[in-house]
Amino acid sequence: MTTTDNSGFRSLHLVPKADAPQSAKEFKTDQEVRWCPGCGDYAILAAVQSFMPELGIRRENTVFVSGIGCSSRFPYYMNTYGVHSIHGRAPAIATGLATSRQDLSVWVVTGDGDALSIGGNHLIHALRRNVNLKILLFNNRIYGLTKGQYSPTSEVGKITKSTPMGSLDAPFNPVSLALGAEATFVARTLDSDRKHLTSVLRAAAEHQGTALVEIYQNCNIFNDGAFEVLKDPATAERALIRLEHGQPITFADQGVFRDPATGELTSAELTAANRDQVLVHDAHAASPVTAFALSRLADNDTLHHTPIGVLRSVERPVYDTLMADQLATAVEQRGAGDLAGLLAGKDTWTVA
Amino acid sequence: MTSEVDQAESVGKGSGGAQDRPVAGASQRPKPIRRVDRVIIRFAGDSGDGMQLTGDRFTSETASFGNDLSTLPNFPAEIRAPQGTLPGVSSFQLHFADHDILTPGDAPNVLVAMNPAALKANLPDLPHGAEIIVDTDEFTKRALAKVGYGADPLGDGSLDAFHLHKVPLTTLTLEALKESGLARKDAERAKNMFALGLLSWMYHRPTHGTESFLRTKFAKKPAIAEANVTAFKAGWNFGETTEDFAVSYEVAPAKLPPGTYRNISGNLALSYGLVAASQRSGLPLFLGSYPITPASDILHELSKHKNFGVRTFQAEDEIAGIGAALGAAFGGALGVTTTSGPGVALKSETIGLAVSLELPLLVVDIQRGGPSTGLPTKTEQADLLQAMFGRNGEAPVPIVAPATPAECFAAALEAARIAVTYRTPVMLLSDGYLANGSEPWRIPAIDELPVITPDFATGPNTPEGEFWPYKRDPQTLARPWAVPGTAGLEHRIGGIEKQDGTGNISYDPANHDLMVRTRQAKIDGIDVPPIEVDDPDSSAKVLVIGWGSTYGPITAAVRRVRADGGRIAQAHLRHLNPFPANLGAVLGSYDKVIVPEMNLGQLALLLRAKYLVDAQSYNQVRGLPFKAAQLADVLWAAIGTLDGSEGR
Repeated sequence: MTTTDNSGFRSLHLVPKADAPQSAKEFKTDQEVRWCPGCGDYAILAAVQSFMPELGIRRENTVFVSGIGCSSRFPYYMNTYGVHSIHGRAPAIATGLATSRQDLSVWVVTGDGDALSIGGNHLIHALRRNVNLKILLFNNRIYGLTKGQYSPTSEVGKITKSTPMGSLDAPFNPVSLALGAEATFVARTLDSDRKHLTSVLRAAAEHQGTALVEIYQNCNIFNDGAFEVLKDPATAERALIRLEHGQPITFADQGVFRDPATGELTSAELTAANRDQVLVHDAHAASPVTAFALSRLADNDTLHHTPIGVLRSVERPVYDTLMADQLATAVEQRGAGDLAGLLAGKDTWTVA
Repeated sequence: MTSEVDQAESVGKGSGGAQDRPVAGASQRPKPIRRVDRVIIRFAGDSGDGMQLTGDRFTSETASFGNDLSTLPNFPAEIRAPQGTLPGVSSFQLHFADHDILTPGDAPNVLVAMNPAALKANLPDLPHGAEIIVDTDEFTKRALAKVGYGADPLGDGSLDAFHLHKVPLTTLTLEALKESGLARKDAERAKNMFALGLLSWMYHRPTHGTESFLRTKFAKKPAIAEANVTAFKAGWNFGETTEDFAVSYEVAPAKLPPGTYRNISGNLALSYGLVAASQRSGLPLFLGSYPITPASDILHELSKHKNFGVRTFQAEDEIAGIGAALGAAFGGALGVTTTSGPGVALKSETIGLAVSLELPLLVVDIQRGGPSTGLPTKTEQADLLQAMFGRNGEAPVPIVAPATPAECFAAALEAARIAVTYRTPVMLLSDGYLANGSEPWRIPAIDELPVITPDFATGPNTPEGEFWPYKRDPQTLARPWAVPGTAGLEHRIGGIEKQDGTGNISYDPANHDLMVRTRQAKIDGIDVPPIEVDDPDSSAKVLVIGWGSTYGPITAAVRRVRADGGRIAQAHLRHLNPFPANLGAVLGSYDKVIVPEMNLGQLALLLRAKYLVDAQSYNQVRGLPFKAAQLADVLWAAIGTLDGSEGR
């Protein structure tokens, strides 16, 4: 990374700029990384460390906040400020930090259990508020740290230690959930695709407000190969849909079409006759309807027709900005607080 | 309120101790005026009758007149409980006097009952001879039957022991407002102001404050404002002219220490204390909170003060409330979360994280009746052990507890001082009685307030030029508070055990043992003032010790005992963790220690465990403060047992 013009990162306009270009190495700590050998987290860590210099902001103004789980060890390996908090609560803690310090770039690292099970409430409320947070949700569809129970994204019937006869719960689709929670930015990417992962991180960092990035991440110990169909070149071509704003949504010899009767999306073989009817991806559409339909394209069991990329990226007032504006307005209207005046109030009497 | 006045509260005083005096200004006041030293009034009506507002206004009038006062609002948890029923009764009690008083009073001298339910619910508290003012219009067959009155108590002689004023409040209010053009329903709603006017006449309260309050409150509805002012004046004039009210009463202003005073409730004082702590520390205040009775008023109050840089965040739940406050504290704010007992239960894990992160954080618990939802609008002090121990692992947390509504101000500053100085979460234990009760408060000058020094870390703290987030101050054992944005101090902290000094993850057995003991030592070493003992001639053998809002009733009971010749020592704890260093010696110097508490003996348990002292509990969990008379009996019994006599 050489000199970075970060004028593009509007979401960071209040964050002090770095004095000099940074390197990925500067973002590494001296702590021994303790994930299992072969864990998908290594690839994500490397991608994030390589990407951070691109932001061009001071390292000391970057904070990583995490909850509990394998992914949540992430802050220990980032040479920034960091908090490894408690299970599920990272979005709440990060919200307090981001809303009181607009000069920080705040990132949340979480997993499918942390974000969608124990911390589901905080996730949806962070998304609806649109706090300036970037949430990286490592989804491996299993509980790793507690050694292999099913998670809220596991497929129905999953055989695990806690479900020897198969799990009964219908899973969450994190992207659908986020869209339902009024998220202004939702994207999905893969741990193993450094280029795509980095492009999604970039888009998330550019977004003003809460960005949710779902990262399909392989747990090679308890759920190995969960996303293999999306990674193996032999199958990925027909399973994976790469979304690009303004581009027709196609994959292999297929295109995605809207059923005019139901509004639902389906895929069909591209022909000369239907080629101009292929849905063009509009990440900035005001309505989340099409993004939601896209999030439902994938078959939950086979993962066929899984869209990756930015599903939705729209502008909405940012919570921390609104809060700061209210404070400024209050000072404008009433002047800076006068403690003596406040304590005295209006109804007093004097004892001589 | 804490100055000692050599006068036993409630002993042979009240209206009974009154003296008639020559009438002053006879042309305006054709009726005799009786001078009394103190009065207890209780306004009672349906939840929708505006009794809390009526009580608040009477309190403001009384405060501006310069009486000492103490109030006790008492209302149902339901916003609009079924009309005319006993559970739907809402009341407001006010004790005011020409001298220093400590409690809202045991038994009202005057009851204003807006309906049969209000009469029935409050009658058992009235001493014989008390005055009762009832709205006769509400004593219909149906209303009487609803609360189980077989016969009309206003006519069956059952109230002969009282001085009953039968006033058709509703009719008189409607009559006064017949020119107002208001619909009957709207006009009727002003009857509480008629009652207030009548009481204001009876006790010579200044009236201009209420008039301007009504005009401001209903500024957007001038017709309603005028109607309320008219009803208020009509009530005053009614007292002046009607034969039924033969005398009015005068309670002279109290001789409080010099200064400028205002009336203040505990929650307001606590809110101001938080703003003051922010101003005196230079730390921006961040409140993360979730609405809960009886703590919500602090959220409401602080949200008004954004021009002080105060950020209020109404979170999605209790956990997010404290999480956000902790996140803000990591960023260098004065992080505060406000709640009540059930909310503390939800916050426990985050309090534990704050203990581990060693960041300043205020956890304000306005205690209410428990367990579970319990009695949301009633008071109790049963969260002491939760505050002390309600976390996993060894997670010591300092505890500060104010004793009176006005003291909530200083308690907030003290809690902030400890949190910031020692980098620790602090529990501030108030309760429903302190929160909603009010009393005069001498407004402090700003330079009297303590200065709180955040002392942020600014650079490396090891000889090698590194920054160690857990390298402690040798005196306080506090760790450095390095906030994001400080170059060179980037560090990672978390709930996993940390290596002493470096703060790196450590599972080393000896290190964990050291860290557990160090965190405990830090809290044990907090500098708290010694406990003061009130033992006038050092001759008492019995010590009564309390904490929190029982201060008023205990002190009033102590005064009663002393007025009757009893010897008793009193001490009151404002710091419950750590205890004052001299507490063990104090306890050990008395033959008997009595601990009255609104729980089943939580402080007593701690005292017995820590000091091996045979502390005796006296407990009550009725959702209401102790009564001074009853506590006096308890104290006499303790003195008596020791003397081998039967007490009084």
